[in-house]
Amino acid sequence: MNPLSDYLTLSAILFGIGIAGIFINRKNIIILLMCIELLLLAVNTNFIAFSRYLNNLDGQIFVFFVLTVAAAEAAIGLAILVVLFRKKKTINVEELDSLKG
Amino acid sequence: MFDLKPLCLLIVLNPLGAALVIGLFGKLIGRRASHWLAIIAVGVSCCLSLQALKQFMWDGAEAVNFVLYQWGNSGSYHFEIGFLIDRLSSWMMVVVSFVSWMVHIYTVGYMQVDSGYQRFFSYIALFTFGMLMLVMSNNFLQLFFGWEMVGLMSYLLIGFWFQKETAIVANLKAFIVNRVGDFGFILGIAAILYGFGTLDYRMVFDQVEGVVASNANLFFTGTTSTPLITFICLALFMGAMGKSAQIPLHVWLPDSMEGPTPISALIHAATMVTAGVFMLARLSPLFEYSETALTVVLIIGSLTCLLMGLVGIVQNDIKRIIAYSTLSQLGYMMTAMGVSAYPVGIFHLTTHAFFKALLFLGAGSVILALHHEQDIWKMGNLKKYMPVTYITMLVGSLALIGFPLFSGFYSKDLIIEAVGLSTLPAAQFAYPIVLGSVYITALYTFRLFFVVFHTQERMESKLISHLQESPAVIWVPLVLLAIPSFVAGGILLDPLFQNFFKNSIVIHANHSVFNILQAEHQGALQMALEGFKSSSFWLGMSGILTAWFCYVQSPAFAADMQRKFSLLYRILKDKFGFDTFNQWAIIAGVRGAGWFCWKVSDDWLIDGIGVNGTAKSINRISYMLRKIQSGYLYHYAFVMIVGFLALLVWLMLTE
Repeated sequence: MNPLSDYLTLSAILFGIGIAGIFINRKNIIILLMCIELLLLAVNTNFIAFSRYLNNLDGQIFVFFVLTVAAAEAAIGLAILVVLFRKKKTINVEELDSLKG
Repeated sequence: MFDLKPLCLLIVLNPLGAALVIGLFGKLIGRRASHWLAIIAVGVSCCLSLQALKQFMWDGAEAVNFVLYQWGNSGSYHFEIGFLIDRLSSWMMVVVSFVSWMVHIYTVGYMQVDSGYQRFFSYIALFTFGMLMLVMSNNFLQLFFGWEMVGLMSYLLIGFWFQKETAIVANLKAFIVNRVGDFGFILGIAAILYGFGTLDYRMVFDQVEGVVASNANLFFTGTTSTPLITFICLALFMGAMGKSAQIPLHVWLPDSMEGPTPISALIHAATMVTAGVFMLARLSPLFEYSETALTVVLIIGSLTCLLMGLVGIVQNDIKRIIAYSTLSQLGYMMTAMGVSAYPVGIFHLTTHAFFKALLFLGAGSVILALHHEQDIWKMGNLKKYMPVTYITMLVGSLALIGFPLFSGFYSKDLIIEAVGLSTLPAAQFAYPIVLGSVYITALYTFRLFFVVFHTQERMESKLISHLQESPAVIWVPLVLLAIPSFVAGGILLDPLFQNFFKNSIVIHANHSVFNILQAEHQGALQMALEGFKSSSFWLGMSGILTAWFCYVQSPAFAADMQRKFSLLYRILKDKFGFDTFNQWAIIAGVRGAGWFCWKVSDDWLIDGIGVNGTAKSINRISYMLRKIQSGYLYHYAFVMIVGFLALLVWLMLTE
């Protein structure tokens, strides 16, 4: 049986990749959405690891919630993306700066 | 015998009523009704004033002092409208209302074609009201009210022709210079309120001995102090210097000649400018206690007398010559006040009011006949065309130079004698000045007289063809003024010396110049006969001779002297540089200070740094802050994460 730390390390690496994807990605907003999924998965891994380690099912139940929210979020996110593309004719992150003050 | 209270109310309210009706409904009632209304109202005032004077002079009436209305109450201070009718004020009321009346009549002729006819009558009637309020007041605040009222009317009337730029400049100058004097005046009134706790004449005069005995001082800083009474007198005299045009606040009076001639006669010769002299006489119970103030009055008065007379010699404008002569005569009056010969000063004020109003109105008659020409070098030989003006002007000129038997002789000779008798140290300095001024007076007066009425005709030929005597409405007041100019001195002299003013003028025993004059007096005729032997008479004669020689006999000589003494001539022409000095030192200084306040403290400091500076710095800071808002999602996310981590680190460290 692998020790808990391995799972936590994996989860941390996944989370780091997700964060880095959000920061470094300058091209495609779809990658941004994927990175968010990745963050959620990292968190899920954590939940499951701790659930197993503590012998408590609560964590696994939480994972289901998170997966549900993630699915809904992906659906809404893609829908927004489609509308955004129709309006702006681009999904390039560099060009989406209408929040600028 | 009439009751004096309703009498005095009628005297002041008549001109006020006329002024209000003409001022508000002048266009409605028309020109004729306006001038009749004003003339009748002031005429009634004049007759009633004469009645009041008669009651004092022959019926032995007692002075009345009453409060009409209390308009303000602040703690223990009461502010009232009240009247003090005694021998001094009734005397002044007659002078004011009589000259005013003559001027009203004269104005009908002089302003005949002017479009502001009703406005003019409204102003002069209102002026008469203000002057009477000043004279009849029984407290300092009402004195100040009258003082400002006549100042305002003077301002409005100098600028009567408000489309003329010189007139506007002149009335502003008069107003501003008078503000300087009034600043002192109001300080003096404040000091009286501080020292005496009341503004009522009677109460102040009753307390003055106690206040002086208690050695009341006024502290400016911890250590420098001045006796309160000296401060009060000097501050009040500053007001008198402004109103009565004494050096160095005299500069407005010559310029005030921009106004219509009747105004020059009424306000700037006979009445308003003598308000300062009247005030000094009225406040003699205060001034008697301050030798310092009396010395200042004496020195300023005598200097004005000499210097302004000298300037009068080189002027070419007929009205300005008379204006400078007014300044010089005001100097005489102030000198008389300085040596405590108050009744003599008031006496000269009276005779001067008559003959100077006469001279001005005569000059106005000449100006009108020549279609508003004022340069004496464009006149000449007018005696041929204007006999009445000629004779009345001759009477006025002789009165002015103090030719024996004429009214000016008595008053001026008494002033010179009074200065000679005075024990004030400064009197030794003033005596030669006032004596020498007699020569100068004669010189400028007869220079004007000879150049205008004698010598050859220098006006344009088309003017000569229809040159004629002014209409009756103009020459009748001249004659009416010529009579008192001739006889008033002799008639008033004896009552004056029979202690006419009684207790309305206070003179202390150590300043008893007037008592000595009184003791020596042997009747008017006797005095006139002795006048022919006095040095002032011969000085006057030599002045006339000099004028005759220089301007009639050999005009080339005058021009020659002018070239030889060109420096002196330039100094006189420049009026001793008072105007230049004011222009460069005071006006430039005030403008500089104004520029500093405007540009530096207001524009730069308050607006630039304070108000706009705050707005600008907010602008600048927000400009920098909005740079942070890049609008890229990943920046916000980055900041969020960094912030989250920082929070985490902080929590861990503080655990």
